[in-house]
Amino acid sequence: MYSEKVLDHYSHPRNVGTLDPNDPNVGTGLVGAPECGDVMRLQLKITDDGVIEDAKFKTFGCGSAIASSSFATEMIKGKTIDEAFQIKNTEIVKELNLPPVKIHCSVLAEDAIKAAVSDFRAKQEKLKEVHS
Amino acid sequence: MVQLPIYLDNNATTPVDPRVLDAMLPYFKESFGNSASRNHPFGWKAEEAVDWARETIAKYIGADPKEIVFTSGATESDNLAIKGVAEMYASKGDHIITATTEHKAVIDTCKALERKGFKVTYLPVNKEGFISLDDLKNAITEKTILVTIMYANNEIGVLQDIESIGKICRERGVLFHTDSTQAIGKVAFDVNKMNVDLASISGHKMYGPKGIGALYVRKKNPRVKLSAQIDGGGHERGMRSGTLNVPGIVGLAKALEVCMTDLSEETARITRLRDKLYNGVTAVLDEVYVNGPDPLTAPEWRLPNNLNISFAYVEGEAMMMGIKDIAVSSGSACTSASLEPSYVLKALGVGEDIAHSSIRFGIGRFTTEEEIDYTIEHVVTAVKHLREMSPLYEMAKMGIDLKSVEWAAH
Repeated sequence: MYSEKVLDHYSHPRNVGTLDPNDPNVGTGLVGAPECGDVMRLQLKITDDGVIEDAKFKTFGCGSAIASSSFATEMIKGKTIDEAFQIKNTEIVKELNLPPVKIHCSVLAEDAIKAAVSDFRAKQEKLKEVHS
Repeated sequence: MVQLPIYLDNNATTPVDPRVLDAMLPYFKESFGNSASRNHPFGWKAEEAVDWARETIAKYIGADPKEIVFTSGATESDNLAIKGVAEMYASKGDHIITATTEHKAVIDTCKALERKGFKVTYLPVNKEGFISLDDLKNAITEKTILVTIMYANNEIGVLQDIESIGKICRERGVLFHTDSTQAIGKVAFDVNKMNVDLASISGHKMYGPKGIGALYVRKKNPRVKLSAQIDGGGHERGMRSGTLNVPGIVGLAKALEVCMTDLSEETARITRLRDKLYNGVTAVLDEVYVNGPDPLTAPEWRLPNNLNISFAYVEGEAMMMGIKDIAVSSGSACTSASLEPSYVLKALGVGEDIAHSSIRFGIGRFTTEEEIDYTIEHVVTAVKHLREMSPLYEMAKMGIDLKSVEWAAH
């Protein structure tokens, strides 16, 4: 029913954890809703040059949702935020071999990446305003 | 050493008890006759077996043997009872009362009748899953021809107050059908004491074979008449045509006999295992919620073998992955074909997040103490593993009210 890769990410999730949401270099994306059965929180630590140096996640959801977010943290580290913003859910589907009923888990992971990057950008904008 | 996988889904189905299988086997082999063959010993032998089965089932539910109609299972029994009454009594009225938490075999049968012009009232349930007797009284009109309320709920194990419901129906002159699939063989059931006019029975929920069931149809005070749903040779007093499934019928009766023979001892043993499981996980884990009546304070209102609990902040399908050697079921959307969480849990008003987090454990005749110990240990480990990576658990522990968060529903 589940691919080997999903099972592996489920049993040994990469980068579970929490980054300080108040750190100006941390972008947080919280997507989904408890009543829908999945909530993902993705946090990215981004250098001043816009490179993702760390990523942490926590997910409430099925095994595929956990695997999608775990894999997303793996693939995103080292990328620039512009590159991260280009990541498509289909890359996650392909890597994890998700069946059609689980595509929404990968969409949620893509949304989480975009939300985290947007949060970081908004924070940076605010900082600039304060300084100028 | 515990044998894996462990089967804890006995509200879905049960294995055939070896005693039941032994009773059935001759009717596949040397005693294979058609019980409708009146002119040779092969037929007589089959008929004798069917008569024994009818008497046995009738005896354990306080009925007359002539009131038992054999069917292919509880879904067919529900269809026959509800559609059969609706069609037969259509000139008397067009209103049926049921509950929102009924099995799909009842709900969808009622929906089919609505498309044909019947009116159906779906009674709501409270947080524990009970319908309100006042709601029922208020819903009955001059046009009401049938009330259909299940005895035990398949998901949350709540036992409705069938006796009081039957009394109300009798006083108001309305026929009362109960889907007793989950209850029969597990709790006492008497059609006269409970004023039941029609009752659906299934073989495979009580260690009998799949594909066999029965419908109890009251013969007097009042005499219930049904419009047949399957036409043919006029078997079962014209209510259900089709050559009788003799081995299945023998298996159904034998299964009920075995259940009723050790009912009180088995109930005590299973209740103890169920409570051990519940106490075992709640001793270590916080925020575990029971769906349905509390097994410890209201055990008389709950199936002894059923424990439906929600592990808050943990999604049900992920939970099932974490205990992959233990067969259970979940009300989570991810485990249903419709991607909707359980309508039964939603009807309790407990919140959809709790529905997504629910796990149903169904303890059975062959469940051992070691299996329960193994289950407690692995459930605790899985919940801890999943809460460790649950953003909701972290937020709740930080004191954030999850209801106050603006979620982006998708």
